Amino acid sequence: MNAFKLWYHKLGSPPYFYVFAGYIQPWLWTIALLLAAVGLYGGLVLAPPDALQGDAFRIIFVHVPAAWMSLFVYGVMAVSAFVAVIWRPKMAEVLAMESAPIGAAFTLIALITGSLWGKPMWGTYWTWDARLTSELVLFFIYLGIIGLYHAFDDPRQGARAASFLAMIGAVNLPIVHYSVVWWNTLHQGTTVHYFGPSSIAPSMLWPLLLMTIAAKFYYGASLMGRSRVALLSLERGKDWVADEVRGDTAHG
Amino acid sequence: MSAASLGGAFRTMLVRDLLLAWRRRGDAMLPVLYAIIVATLFPFALGPEHALLARIAGGVVLVTVLLAMLLALDNVFRGDLDDGALEQMLLAPQPLSLLLAARMLAYWLVTALPLLLVAPVLAYMLGLEPAAQPVLLLALLLATPLLALLGIVLTALTAGTRRSGMLLSLMLLPLAVPIVIFAAGAVGAAQQGLPWVAPLAWLAAALALALVLAPLACATALRIALDT
Repeated sequence: MNAFKLWYHKLGSPPYFYVFAGYIQPWLWTIALLLAAVGLYGGLVLAPPDALQGDAFRIIFVHVPAAWMSLFVYGVMAVSAFVAVIWRPKMAEVLAMESAPIGAAFTLIALITGSLWGKPMWGTYWTWDARLTSELVLFFIYLGIIGLYHAFDDPRQGARAASFLAMIGAVNLPIVHYSVVWWNTLHQGTTVHYFGPSSIAPSMLWPLLLMTIAAKFYYGASLMGRSRVALLSLERGKDWVADEVRGDTAHG
Repeated sequence: MSAASLGGAFRTMLVRDLLLAWRRRGDAMLPVLYAIIVATLFPFALGPEHALLARIAGGVVLVTVLLAMLLALDNVFRGDLDDGALEQMLLAPQPLSLLLAARMLAYWLVTALPLLLVAPVLAYMLGLEPAAQPVLLLALLLATPLLALLGIVLTALTAGTRRSGMLLSLMLLPLAVPIVIFAAGAVGAAQQGLPWVAPLAWLAAALALALVLAPLACATALRIALDT
């Protein structure tokens, strides 16, 4: 327990985090790519075509993990943002701010694959379905956070302000989602469901789960890489960065 | 010199803000003019067909009022930031959230109240049924303070940045989606002769919550944005 606490506190130090992130990043990449390769093979080759949707359903193996990740990343970002606003450790600010573009990218992927999937299934690229609409609002919230972060001259001040916005957004997200659901039922009646009433077949489920885990590891790898670059930029006046940069050029 | 009481400080802030707005009362009319012009553009864009305009009248007025309020948000802290009055508010012995609550009330009185007066006229011009008119007014009465509270919290966050107009709309509009949905939902239900109390009750509940939380959140946001 004591060793864990010590390690946890050390992680709050940028030079230590930089080395640690550089150490685990290749492992995260390897696991993410392996899982994605197996998951995609299982999903695109092994899984049988769907009885109703034919081969078009296979986009699910990208769409659903991306949609789940769009909320998962927001959750991680909101927790780091909360820590950043209350206790102001630099690493929490960095993790929150570097999560935002990744989350926005996952949200965009979910929106694009969703509309591509919607064309053969619903006959249109876009419909004001509750899930699509709240995903779009989530994308705008991500963009607002990124925009506010870059509006400040001082990155640390921008990170704290954007973290506060992320907290407000976290309170508002469930309200947005349920109000959109309410709005949709008021205007449209029944909506198209992603899954039919029957549960998904096991031959389709395991690649989906693998892809979901792969997306998590990809997020971890990407976050480590982005945080390392952000740390070098934020701490560019510090000695450890100078040592790091000189050391890297000397070795390679 | 002893510090002013809480009520006294609140009243002083409110009177000061209202007096400043009164001295520049031409500026206060701009959001109203903006709302009128934007609402006038819709018949030009969609055609003068009465049935169509009557159907969208409630939504058009709501969105127009929202945009007009957004337009005025940028100035809420601008003047005080430039002349240093904002720093004095941060240093004041009274709680910052109390002073900001006065600022929020002044903003609502100066910006939203004239819009509330002009909104029924706009709705009438677009052909909203008379039965839905009181519902629209009630919805605006609940939605505009909510927008003011939420908007000023976000404006406080952008106080330290250079140009924040477009950024503010990017931040505010996604978060304002539920307000628009419930306010327009109530008007739409009234137009169809359905019960419309439930969405308004949701708005009122949100307003009660925001009245308590928004001044505190705004004080935190301002301290973050000005880095004190």
